[in-house]
Amino acid sequence: MLKIHDLKAGIEGKQILNGINLEVNAGEVHAIMGPNGSGKSTLSMVLAGNPAYEVLGGKVDFLGKDLLDLPPEVRSHEGIFLGFQYPVEIPGVSMVNFMRAAVNAKRKYFGLPPMSASEFLKMMREKRSVVELDNTLASRSVNEGFSGGEKKRNEIFQMAVLEPKLSILDETDSGLDIDALRIVANGVNKLKSEKNATIVITHYQRLLDYIKPDFVHILYKGKIVMTGGPQLALELEEKGYDWIKSRDDND
Amino acid sequence: MIMIEHMEHMNSLTQYIELYKQNSALVDNGSVDVINSHRAEALEILENSILPPKGAENYEVVDLNKLLAPDFGLNLARIDIDVNDASPFHCGVPNMNSALFFLHNDIYAEASETRKNLPEGIYVGSLKDFCGRFPLIAEKYYAKIADIRNPLVALNSLLVQDGIVVWVKEGVKFEKPIQIVDILENGMPLMALRRILVIAEKNSQVKLLVCDHTQNDAVDFLNLVTTEISVAEGASVDLCEMEESTEKTVRLSSLYLSQDAGSSVSLSGITLYNGVTRNEYYCSFRGEDAKLKLSGMAIEDESRIIDTYSIVEHRFPGCHTDELFKYVADDNSIAAFSGLIKVFKGASKTQAFQSNRNIIGNDGARVFSKPTLEIYDDDVKCSHGSATGQLDEKQIFYMRTRGLSESEARFLLKQAFMADVIDSIAIPDFKMRLHSLVERRFAGDRHNCSSCKASCL
Repeated sequence: MLKIHDLKAGIEGKQILNGINLEVNAGEVHAIMGPNGSGKSTLSMVLAGNPAYEVLGGKVDFLGKDLLDLPPEVRSHEGIFLGFQYPVEIPGVSMVNFMRAAVNAKRKYFGLPPMSASEFLKMMREKRSVVELDNTLASRSVNEGFSGGEKKRNEIFQMAVLEPKLSILDETDSGLDIDALRIVANGVNKLKSEKNATIVITHYQRLLDYIKPDFVHILYKGKIVMTGGPQLALELEEKGYDWIKSRDDND
Repeated sequence: MIMIEHMEHMNSLTQYIELYKQNSALVDNGSVDVINSHRAEALEILENSILPPKGAENYEVVDLNKLLAPDFGLNLARIDIDVNDASPFHCGVPNMNSALFFLHNDIYAEASETRKNLPEGIYVGSLKDFCGRFPLIAEKYYAKIADIRNPLVALNSLLVQDGIVVWVKEGVKFEKPIQIVDILENGMPLMALRRILVIAEKNSQVKLLVCDHTQNDAVDFLNLVTTEISVAEGASVDLCEMEESTEKTVRLSSLYLSQDAGSSVSLSGITLYNGVTRNEYYCSFRGEDAKLKLSGMAIEDESRIIDTYSIVEHRFPGCHTDELFKYVADDNSIAAFSGLIKVFKGASKTQAFQSNRNIIGNDGARVFSKPTLEIYDDDVKCSHGSATGQLDEKQIFYMRTRGLSESEARFLLKQAFMADVIDSIAIPDFKMRLHSLVERRFAGDRHNCSSCKASCL
């Protein structure tokens, strides 16, 4: 589904990704772990197409398309979803209007007519239940005044609405208490299928107790320095990031 | 040298002074004593006035001399100008039930049906007729609230013959909005002298919606507006003015508000389409514990200019002002805000908040902002602020990751930016309508009626 080959990228003239290689197939869950500043968020931003980031080299193939060539909205239509570490507040734009615009933009891309109001509201109701969001939250402005937990649940809610093929969840566990973490993780697990894939970016192993990865990659200084199964996350938890740092820096 | 000297003294007011002197009998005959009685003073003021040059304080973006220089026609003989009437201008607010009145250029157009349906105690009609029928009341208010030393007010007072009056008697409360549609239409350049007088007696209540439309987009118009609003003790007035004119329309509006104790007023100035607009607001509290909500928004693009000047004077204790103006400026447009809230000594427990927020869409547009507070009392709660910036790129990116195109994202954000100004409007039906008008405005969907550019249908 996703093939990243020797991806190099940076921001404001500073190179952060120094040649990432990664392949993700349908049905898989990949976890990317790494210390602060290793390039985890940069990778997610580059895959989602944030224009503030500059691609310096490499290729990304997504379902046969050159992903780096597509504007962010087309990446979304084609099935990429980024769950933000810091979801953005948009005062004055209601969640309902935002999601209606998003859903209809995608339908337009695929040559479909806009969804009827009743169909849309029915879908909103269904998807809300995935992350136990209440009705009032959806009528409020996007993320405005949401608690940390509500913001993350709202990200998963949007993921449920947009039905992506590849979801990239950037530090979805940060700022969550244990109950909110469970709700968010349950939401992600409910949406998991044979046809879609997930990249979970996280600093801590904690989230991986709830979202079971098939592969764990360790990112350090803009490169994947280690890849393994779920046990790698546990090993990392036990030994700490210094293990990676000393191991890698000694190479 | 003589030429240059002459140029330096060139004063666009001169042509109007001459015009009046040559036609004073015609002007007086077309009007009534109360209105005529102020012309001599207006003339004297104008003969001794010069218009503030562009660049003078609070006149950073408009050049009054230049705007008043063209040879506009004035309908001093009160000839009927054929204005495609009422029907296309019914604002089409869904389910909006309003009492509808018209001004054709500066002539009050009788709408007898509407007037018959007004309840006892509310008078809406021709200012001239009102001054003729109720001279003692008219005298108390006409040209008494506005400051005739303002050259724009003096010019209006010198030449105006009629206008519209809204008079709400003591204790009368009218929920249904009174809608005044002002249509500019002529085959040749025209200056309209618009005059609005609102008298809200003690404990009365009235809601007003004033819509400015220009029918003919090929002709230059100058809409010289003087509005006087007197709000007596305990009364409540909501006034929303909306301009949907053309690039060739100049609007110079001076609004004067006088509020007695315990009164409550909301004023909104909405500019959807315009050419060059200067809106002046002069607000003054004449008693304790009165409330004013003063707000406005303008959507500017191409080479349009909006210039807002406001002054709110707090001379009595316990009054409350909430002021908010918002602009979006695109292309080569110019938007200016200059606001002063002045709290005098003795006006303790004053609460006054002033805010101006603007979005600049591109490098060609310019925004001037000057929020000012002057406070001479210690026991007050006041704040002011101004912020001008571009749309937030983080918000735009977030929306794009959900599938919205960049232009859709910008469109939604601009609309959202105006939401609080729209939501502060006190006429619910109009508020709803305005949300969709603003949406259409940002979408660039100029919904042409058969005869005009206003997107009100």
